[in-house]
Amino acid sequence: MPQGAYLRLLLFFLGPAVLVYTLFSIYPLLATILNSFYSRQSDGSHLWAGLGNFHTLLLDPTWSGPFWNALKNNVIFFLIHMSVQNPIGLLLAALLSLPRLRFRATYRTLIFMPTMLSVVVIGFVWQLILSPLWGIARMFLNFFGLGFLFAPWLGVESSALITVSLISVWQFVGIPMILIYTALLAIPDELIDAATVDGLNQFQAFMWVKLPLIWPTIGLVSILTFVNNFNAFDLIYAMKGALAGPNFSTDIMGTLFYRTFFGNQLQLGNPAMGSAIATMMLIIILIGVMAYLFLVQRRIQRYSF
Amino acid sequence: MLIKGLKALLLGAAAAIALSGAASAGTLTIESWRNDDAQIWKDKIIPAFEKAHPDIKIEFTPTAPKEYNAALNAKLEGGTAGDIITCRPFDASLELFNKGFLVPLNDLSTMGNFSDVARSAWTTDDGKTTFCVPMASVIHGFIYNKDIFKELGLTEPRTEEEFFAVLEKIKANGAYVPLVLGTNDQWEAATMGFQNIGPNYWKGEEGRKALIAGTGRLTDPAYVSTFATLAKWAPYLGDGFKAQTYPDSQNLFGLGKGAIYAAGSWDISTFRAQKVNMGAFKPPLPAGAAECYISDHTDIGIGMNAKTKNPGDAKVFLEWIGSEEFANILGNELPGFFPLSNAKVTLSDDVAQTFVNWRAECKSTIRNSYQILSRGTPNLENEMWNVSAQVINGAMTPDAAARQLQDGLAKWYAPQQK
Repeated sequence: MPQGAYLRLLLFFLGPAVLVYTLFSIYPLLATILNSFYSRQSDGSHLWAGLGNFHTLLLDPTWSGPFWNALKNNVIFFLIHMSVQNPIGLLLAALLSLPRLRFRATYRTLIFMPTMLSVVVIGFVWQLILSPLWGIARMFLNFFGLGFLFAPWLGVESSALITVSLISVWQFVGIPMILIYTALLAIPDELIDAATVDGLNQFQAFMWVKLPLIWPTIGLVSILTFVNNFNAFDLIYAMKGALAGPNFSTDIMGTLFYRTFFGNQLQLGNPAMGSAIATMMLIIILIGVMAYLFLVQRRIQRYSF
Repeated sequence: MLIKGLKALLLGAAAAIALSGAASAGTLTIESWRNDDAQIWKDKIIPAFEKAHPDIKIEFTPTAPKEYNAALNAKLEGGTAGDIITCRPFDASLELFNKGFLVPLNDLSTMGNFSDVARSAWTTDDGKTTFCVPMASVIHGFIYNKDIFKELGLTEPRTEEEFFAVLEKIKANGAYVPLVLGTNDQWEAATMGFQNIGPNYWKGEEGRKALIAGTGRLTDPAYVSTFATLAKWAPYLGDGFKAQTYPDSQNLFGLGKGAIYAAGSWDISTFRAQKVNMGAFKPPLPAGAAECYISDHTDIGIGMNAKTKNPGDAKVFLEWIGSEEFANILGNELPGFFPLSNAKVTLSDDVAQTFVNWRAECKSTIRNSYQILSRGTPNLENEMWNVSAQVINGAMTPDAAARQLQDGLAKWYAPQQK
């Protein structure tokens, strides 16, 4: 193919995507980073501040307190997803791929359904379920004689974050399930047959044949979980408001960013500091993704059939 | 002949289109966070205005309260905001004015209908320029269910001692939640709790101004005792009040399951819709207090977008907002929002009238965190939400709460650093 035609073809296929991606993703990203180097004056003008905003964010106790608190909560939020959502997703996928299972499509659809619901709906429904006034959670526990276990979990400092995290797990468990399920389906039957001939039972075949083959997918699920969790905001905002109470115990990076950038009640929005927080979020996610790419991804062995 | 007739018809149609085009140039769009009131604007307020000014069309386009400030700022900066801007009190609007998004309105003829206190929420720090017409205030107090009070033989408490005695009796009866308030949303604890009963302790304006001047401290006994009283509310609140949201609270009282509701006057219309037989009493006096103070908070103003294409009509509309006619419509159609103008308004809603009568019996003040004191970081209002909720939850002592507020304020506010 002559080079001119090749370039035209390249432009034709890549151009639209590059254009849209640059306009709506790369430009805002760079603008945010640039914005974090300025401070805003009361008359609306901008002033170059260098790393001043980051200095304030990380070293001034008024700012660093909430920042580290939000980061800590975000890490807990992520760890709960990793240790609850993904293992359950894997388990569900393994169950779904059992050879003799009835109503497979029904289960799959039901479990995946919450993922497609609006976060506002999820937040509202769970707030009702867990409500100490009209929630069914209390009646349910009472039915089993376990009513004494009930507490207003969403309103107690020690349990609010865990509760919100588990609700988010419930919502998104369908995603790891469907990704891992698809990977399991792609494993050729011959391998399982060979394993069975070699004397492995269902469980052993899963552990020693299927699991090694789906590690790359589990890795992908983990990194998706990481990125999504550190960008999370909506569920907490819907259930606990921008002040993420009680006592900021459910405050994560997303809510801290929102409060800082857009303001809250009498707190005026501060786009410069907000951008600094957004940039920190980007850096944290970058570090996480890089660590995954260099430390984990390279060691995963891939098999092709 | 027929052709001529058709031509005339077409010309007429063209003229009509041109005219309607001219009329749409006279359309004013109102930005507001009061989506609860959209129906009343559409059915009552706008028709009343359009009747007197048939050449001006008004459109009311509210946003959800939580998103209003952020959305409005974005719209103003993008140049897509409506002609008329509903103004939050104090700094949020002052910032809009300083950035040139709002215009001075000193020359409005009806501006004289408002007192300095009413204008203070939308006036520059030097007191010279007012940029929004004061529209409405809200008053705090307690709304109670008359049927429950009658059933249990209770009377309106006047002092704090009586207040807790009443709560104790309702609790002993066991059928109703004595006091309705939730701490999940945090602002309820601060606004309906702390700012509701507080003015009696810090003597209203006297205490509020002392904080601004730096002669009073948030660790003073007045503030610690306010928190101490709030902490005593916990045993009388609904089961699981820590996870009770504001809509939960409204429903609890609205469905007749709660006896006393720590209120803002704006809740009146909600409970009217649910047909609660209700009365109201003002914040009960603490022991040893002789004079009563109420929070009569300047809450809503209304101003003009500096970039409006239609400043003439917008001013006509704002003049009307300052008029007695509007004050009457507002007071009666939105019971619980009280007109700030000096015009004599008679209210048809007896509970709203009860609230407004307190203005004559007690001294009025506004919420103490609103003027100047919430300009820095940490934000005093946010801090008040947080610590008030924690005090009621029993997670923080009154002393610690007062100290956290004072430390936060002293971090950035020079008069408090002396």
